[in-house]
Parts: sequence; C-alpha cells; structure tokens
Amino acid sequence: MKAFEYAAPRSEQEALEFLSADRGRTEVLAGGTDLLGLMKKLIVTPDRVVSLRQVGSLHTIDADSQGLRVGAMVTLEELLDHPASAQYPAVQQAIRSISSQQLQSQGTLGGELCQRPRCWYFRDGHGLLAESGTAIAEGDNRYHAIFGNSGPAKFVCPSRLAPALIALGARVRVIGPNAEDETVMPLEHLFRTPKHDQQREHSLAPDQIVAQILLPPVGERGNASYEVRHGAGPEYPLVAAAATIVAIGGVVSEARIVLGQVAPTPWISAEAAASIISLPVNEETAGAAGDAAVSVATPLSHNEYKVQLVRVAVKRALLLAAGLETGGF
Amino acid sequence: MNPTELSAHGKSGVSRRAFLKGSGAAAAATALVHGPGLVAEETKPNVVSVGLNTITLDVNGKQQKVDVEPRTTLLEALRLGLNLTGAKPISVDGSSGGSTVLLGGKPVSANSILALECIGKPIVTVEGLGGNSTAISGEIAVGAIDPVCRAFVNHDASQCGFCTPGFVMAVKAFLAKNPKATEAQIREGLNGNLCRCGTYANVIPAVVDVVKGARNGS
Repeated sequence: MKAFEYAAPRSEQEALEFLSADRGRTEVLAGGTDLLGLMKKLIVTPDRVVSLRQVGSLHTIDADSQGLRVGAMVTLEELLDHPASAQYPAVQQAIRSISSQQLQSQGTLGGELCQRPRCWYFRDGHGLLAESGTAIAEGDNRYHAIFGNSGPAKFVCPSRLAPALIALGARVRVIGPNAEDETVMPLEHLFRTPKHDQQREHSLAPDQIVAQILLPPVGERGNASYEVRHGAGPEYPLVAAAATIVAIGGVVSEARIVLGQVAPTPWISAEAAASIISLPVNEETAGAAGDAAVSVATPLSHNEYKVQLVRVAVKRALLLAAGLETGGF
Repeated sequence: MNPTELSAHGKSGVSRRAFLKGSGAAAAATALVHGPGLVAEETKPNVVSVGLNTITLDVNGKQQKVDVEPRTTLLEALRLGLNLTGAKPISVDGSSGGSTVLLGGKPVSANSILALECIGKPIVTVEGLGGNSTAISGEIAVGAIDPVCRAFVNHDASQCGFCTPGFVMAVKAFLAKNPKATEAQIREGLNGNLCRCGTYANVIPAVVDVVKGARNGS
C-alpha cells in the first residue's frame, strides 16, 4: 500500500470535512474488505483514508411505520439478524448468499453498495474502462456485461444487495459538504454507467458519502432474490435476480424485477416486469418473464451463457417471491 | 496541529478541506507534523499521519504495544510486530479466510482491516486459545487444548496446515453463534475459509464432533 494519512471522524459533518473534492485523493473506509485489497494492489492510492467506523449515526437501524432506516456502517450480519429484516427475504437471501461469516461480520451495507467492480481488467490496473472497452470487448469477457454494454463500460456492478434493495424500492440518503448536497434518492440513482475514465460507477461526488438506506414497509409485496453461482463457495455469482410482486386474487398487479452481475449498474428489467402483469405466477409465466428479460440482451464474445442463466434466475426469483417451489436448488 | 486539536470540532485554525486543496508540498509538510508517539494511546486517534506510531492492542487478553503506520494491517501488526504468526497471509483481499482472527468476538480477516481500526477491541488469535499450543505436537492431554484444536488433531483435519489457524478461528466464531449447528449449517457457515489441500472432508466431521462434545458436556 502507498502510505496515507488516516482520519477517524466522530460525526457525519466531521467526516465530510475530511473528504477532498479531488477524485482519488481521499477514499472512504467502511469495513475494509474491498478497499484494502484495492489499495494493496495500488488500484486506488489515496493520500488520506477517512474511516467511518467512529461515526455513531451511521451504525444504527431504526424500524418504524415508515419502514427501515439502515446506517451505512451497519454490518451485513447486523442487518440479517435484525428482527425487522424478516419482512425482506430478498435482502436476507442476498446476505446469506454472501456466505462468508468474515464478510458478513466485517462488511457493511454502505460498503457493499459502494464496492468497486470485480472486473479483472480493472483489478489488474487497466482502468475501469480498459482502453475505452476495446480491450474487454476483444478479450476475455466471460464475466462481463450482457446488458447496457454498448458504451466503453463492460464491467458488471458487483453489489449483491442492490438488486434486492432496488426491487423493494429502497432510497439512499447521500450527504455532502454543503447542506444543499444532502439528498434522498432512489437507490438506482446511486449507480451509473461511466462514459469516460474520469467517471466512476457511482454518481457520488468524491466528497459525498452514503449515510443511510431507507427501505419502505414491504406491505403486500412478496419478494425474493436468486443467485446463480458456480459453486457453494464464497465467489461472486454469475448472475442474480431479485423480484417483488403484488399478487392479489391470484394475478400480479405490480412487479419489479432487478438483475445483478449482468450490467454496469443493477439492471431494472421493465420487459420482465411487464410480461408478468395481470397473470398468475407459475412455471410458464415466470419462464416467459425470463425470456422477456433477455430479449434485450447483447452478450459479448465469451458470455452468451449468461443469457440462459438470467432466464433461470428471473424465473426462480419470481417463483420464490410468489411462495412457490423453484424446481431447482 | 496535533490530533487532539483536530478532534476538537475542527477549530484548529487549519481547515481540513484546505489541507487537501493545498499543493502536494504543503500537504506533505502538514502530514509530517505528527511523529512517533504523538498519538495518545489511551484514546482512539482522530487523525494519524504517515509514519510510525505506537499503539496498544488488546491481544489474547494482554495489552501489547506495537509500532504501526496507518497502512499497517492487523495481520502485519500481529505477525511482524507481535510475532504472532498463527494468522496467515494467504490472500491479498481476505477471500481465503486464512487470516481470520476474532475482533470483539466477531470473525474478521486480519489482512483486510487496518491495525488502527482495532484499538480498544479485544483481539483473539489462534495463539490465544486455551492451553499450550505446543501440546499439539506431543502427547495430547485432554483439556489442555481448546476443544476445536483437539477435534482438528483427532480428525487429522490439517494437511499442509497453512489454512488451519484461520479455519480454527472461523470455527470458534461460527460455533459461538451456532452452538447446535447441523453438518449442513457447518458447511455453509465455513464457506469463507478455503483449503487448497481439500481437507474439508476432515474439517467438517471435526466440527460436528465439537458440537456433539458440547452437547455431551465433555
């Protein structure tokens, strides 16, 4: 690691004062499970690391009639074990799938959402876009995007909680150096597809931080998430899908289906959601939703296989959200 | 400017924002202000600049002084500073679980956490488990070593042994939370630890035995 100054602010305001507006000069440290690896490989080389560990307001979970308000520094284990999270099986399944007690007890919700892509071109120092995407388009892109990949960005969003949270309508509270920088926005707006090397994959300015995630009450929505993994180990999934549905009287009146590990951002599949509206959830309709999801897929040279995995993930997430057996494991 | 002043509501006269907006030279000069020993050991530091500082870590029940830089990981502090070489540097990013130690009772990868972040929290390494670890190499006196270590020995749950300390600590953490775990839960719960020799076939029965032993009160 390059030497850096360490700052441990005690409040949100103090944390913001430590952050630089210059991209890359300061980095925010949460659980450290991603940032330390990036710093060791000199992929990020900040002059100052701002730890949020001692900012008390970021460590709390508040549950009331408005839903759940989860601080960015709440660990995945704390969120999983909180009684109020039982209404969000999609979130619990996603955390359980992370399947490493070290990552669950050390990793935080804010860090999970703000972790950097696993793209091996990025992690080997070729930059997030690796020669405007040509190196990846012509290279080994087996784990890369099959949606939203027409621009230079070919990596996939690594977050495993974002699909579930976005499907549930989560919002994120972001704070910045000035009072007017504070904003509460839909979680999907935290992510963006960078168009050039100066942009990151999050919409945060360098001196902004994620403070809380706000989850609305689940109400009548069934919700579930499903990951397709290579094995039972701690690796990242190949594709993932999360679904929330309202099905009263046997037919779906509302649906939200969000895919993970398939695009530079969490991928909201309007096609899949539209296909299931006014229909009952069963093997056939859930399978058709999977087909609808991949109707707009544009796989690269080595990841055509992900198309079929998305079909399966969408189908099984929908069946699970409806409380049905998936037929697989 | 010292850490205490910085912690006092940012009224040190030098804006932290200005610090970072300044030239590289100015920033470097400022960063050199804090030398070794300036960090009060009794309180958690608010700002620690580049360079060595002496901190106190609570390791295996003892308060131990160790010199660290901000970039020093807990694993480096344990292995290089305190000569506790049980936790292993297997993966850069903690994905192997080889550096697992308990921090405040929770399993963490010591190579993905800064030593500075561990001040004031009890740290337990494999060396801190009950009994004398050298007993493993000789006659095994029942009760002299930790039940998890004993089960690993009884089941020959090590091959090259490099992953074993991390595995043992992961088992300690897992069983503390799941004392009645089933075999399936044990397999799932230990997913964060990898063994390239493939000793899982012996590790899992060892852990099952620990659960049974606890149930039988032995």
